[in-house]
Amino acid sequence: VPKRNMGKMERLKQVDVVIVGGGWTGLLMAKEIVTRTSLSVLVLERGGSAADASGYAAQMDELDYNVRLRGMQNLADETVTHRHSIRDQAAPMRQYGSFQAGGGVGGSGEHWTGVATRFLPDQFVLQTHLREKFAPAKLPEGLAVQDWGFTYDELEPYYCRAEQMMGVCGKSGNLRGKLIEGGNIHEGSRSQDYPLPAHPTTYVPGLFQKAALELGYHPYPIPSATLSQSYRNPDGISRGACFYCGYCSRHGCMVGAKAQPSTLLMPLLVERKNFHLRTGCWVRRVLTHDGKAEGVSFVDASGNEFVQPADIVILASWTINNVRLLLSSKVGHPYDPVTGTGTLGKNLTHQVGQSAELLFDKSLNGFMGSGGLGVAIGDVAGDAPASDFAAGVIRGGTIQTMTSGEGPLASFGKMPAGEVKTNWGSEWKKASLRWYDKSATITSRDMHLAYRHNFMDLDPTYSDRYGDPLLRLTLDWTDQERRQAAMLGKIELSIAKAMGAKSFRLTESVGAHYSSTMYQGTHIQGGAITGSSRQDSVVNTWLQHWDVSNLWVVGGSSFPQNECTPTLTIISMTYRAADALVEKYVKRPGALA
Amino acid sequence: MKRRDLLARTAIGFGGLLVYNVGSRNFVAGETTPTVSAGFRFFSSQEAAVIEAACDRIFPADDSGPGAREARVVVYIDRQLHGPFGNDRYRYTKEPFVDSVPEHGYQGKATPRDVYREGIQVLGSDFHTLDSAVQDERLRNIENTYFFRMLRTHTIQGMFSDPLHGGNSNMVGWQLVGYPGPLMSYRDQVFKTSVEPFRQKPVSLEQVIGSPVKGWEDE
Repeated sequence: VPKRNMGKMERLKQVDVVIVGGGWTGLLMAKEIVTRTSLSVLVLERGGSAADASGYAAQMDELDYNVRLRGMQNLADETVTHRHSIRDQAAPMRQYGSFQAGGGVGGSGEHWTGVATRFLPDQFVLQTHLREKFAPAKLPEGLAVQDWGFTYDELEPYYCRAEQMMGVCGKSGNLRGKLIEGGNIHEGSRSQDYPLPAHPTTYVPGLFQKAALELGYHPYPIPSATLSQSYRNPDGISRGACFYCGYCSRHGCMVGAKAQPSTLLMPLLVERKNFHLRTGCWVRRVLTHDGKAEGVSFVDASGNEFVQPADIVILASWTINNVRLLLSSKVGHPYDPVTGTGTLGKNLTHQVGQSAELLFDKSLNGFMGSGGLGVAIGDVAGDAPASDFAAGVIRGGTIQTMTSGEGPLASFGKMPAGEVKTNWGSEWKKASLRWYDKSATITSRDMHLAYRHNFMDLDPTYSDRYGDPLLRLTLDWTDQERRQAAMLGKIELSIAKAMGAKSFRLTESVGAHYSSTMYQGTHIQGGAITGSSRQDSVVNTWLQHWDVSNLWVVGGSSFPQNECTPTLTIISMTYRAADALVEKYVKRPGALA
Repeated sequence: MKRRDLLARTAIGFGGLLVYNVGSRNFVAGETTPTVSAGFRFFSSQEAAVIEAACDRIFPADDSGPGAREARVVVYIDRQLHGPFGNDRYRYTKEPFVDSVPEHGYQGKATPRDVYREGIQVLGSDFHTLDSAVQDERLRNIENTYFFRMLRTHTIQGMFSDPLHGGNSNMVGWQLVGYPGPLMSYRDQVFKTSVEPFRQKPVSLEQVIGSPVKGWEDE
């Protein structure tokens, strides 16, 4: 463990901009800055380099990458702790469970599934929207949803830029206000069509589509950042179409069809003289003095600690690490859930989900597919239908089925409930073989509302490899999430039945309490949220810190609440922040709001 | 019957005679496969015999096809325990270790190596010499233990993970279920409107990419 003696740390040569984290947000900020200004940019990434396409081909191994999670950050170095309420003792997440953070250059952007959906317009003004629509007494106690400080319309051009950069494939349902059947007619108006057409429909999603139509829903192809045909983006990056090998989630793409930072951003960055990337560098503190960030301190791969001075500091190291760095560096005002004062760490959200497992009487070739290859309905994605609202549900979610490609480790043993008495031995083996490759899943991606009692702070007991406190998540479900899951589960079962499944049942759900062992999705949000006032947010709508004007905090940490599948929104907000930094801040440094 | 049909129907079973290629020999249900005598990295030969026998009861060879012994599941487990997984190199292992709520999962200090060593004690050093009915009874007695759940999970992994990890020997596991291996493209199959089971002779990752692949256990 290096000694924290600032006087003895080697002071490196000043750079204009230092960026912490080399994933989607860090590399996108870097790309916008180095291609539009002459500023020098240094990205500090604590993991290693990203693999190239042939390297990713050698990773088409279900055991090492899907089960052992070889592409993720090493939890032995750093994890989080979790407790259900402030009355409980937190325990560390000792092995990966409810989320899985990608390691190395590209971060989670390398191994994501590639679902690229926009948020609904009312999401950005959710507090105002709920106040206007519902009597306060009807809303749950402790609800802490907030407006984002900007609207969908303000973000819309950046959604277009993000879709064009990645080559998102989809079918518009609302193009400049005109509703189009076959697309998601519930989405916000888009000023431009998807850059590429949706992938064709595979067998099980085809059954879902037909069933959903029969039931009066509006099915649409899930927008996917994996290419349906070859594509050259506005930055001049060309990629080929998907091969449907099924190794998407938790894998990098071996043909470059899935949008990843390593293929879309790194090639533009490496040719710039004003760009530098250092891997194996673990940032421990943001250094501030008199309300200004002076740089960061970090430990390199050989264990030496340095001070990196910079005029602008950008934190782009995912929700968990962004918030932890701010707390460890004592930048901002930590949130106190009892008094409701402070802003740093508040509005922690994850996502709500309810799954149904379906079994058919024939083999489905479930090992084929592509990350976001599937069909969804958005009919209950926003406000809950009136009858459900009367039963206490506020918001719903998107219901979908995907053929993402599932290997035998994940699919072996799926069978109808009650088929066998024990889950081992000859009888179980035969039943597993009989039902092998006959299962499909309907899942929901649901909004998670923010509450006063769900927040992040520093853990008083557990520390990382350098002795710095871990981030502590205080997070639990409420009746709202349980009712929300029940509402979605009911719809899922009705669709499963109409699809002609031989057997179907609800499986994973939110349960009685939040579980840090059950994978929900790597979508942890909040803690350094955006807003229109310094009283209720950490960063302004340009993702610039309210108190430290040369510090920017980008990524999911800025979400006041989550609507699920955050990547496209994160990238769009990063473009918007970069525009503000390049066009306004660089010309005239200081607070932009 | 065409070869394609044979492979297509392996998951259903033919009642009686099943033909799988194990090593250079054909596998016939009921035939015993010699106990693995490979050089083990973690297990003693006696520990290996106990684990092999237990895995074989969890996933037995029967008239539906070969089991854990034929797939050399014990070799897979041995390598995993010897490698970084076995000593928790990628698990958060800082103290204090506390008992917590079930939603926090396994919070123990014991590594997978420790869990196996203790589990083998519980199964008994004579486990592999017992009748299968007695073996099953001993396993039933520990069904709800962390060790058993781990052993069961590892047995499935040793059956169906890529052969580069030591199990799924000669891809018997993949042949058994009809998984073709990590093929690079299903462009010609994935959008067919009526699903025909795609069951071709499996290929391993090393065969697909044409060069050796190192599993995490070998790093």
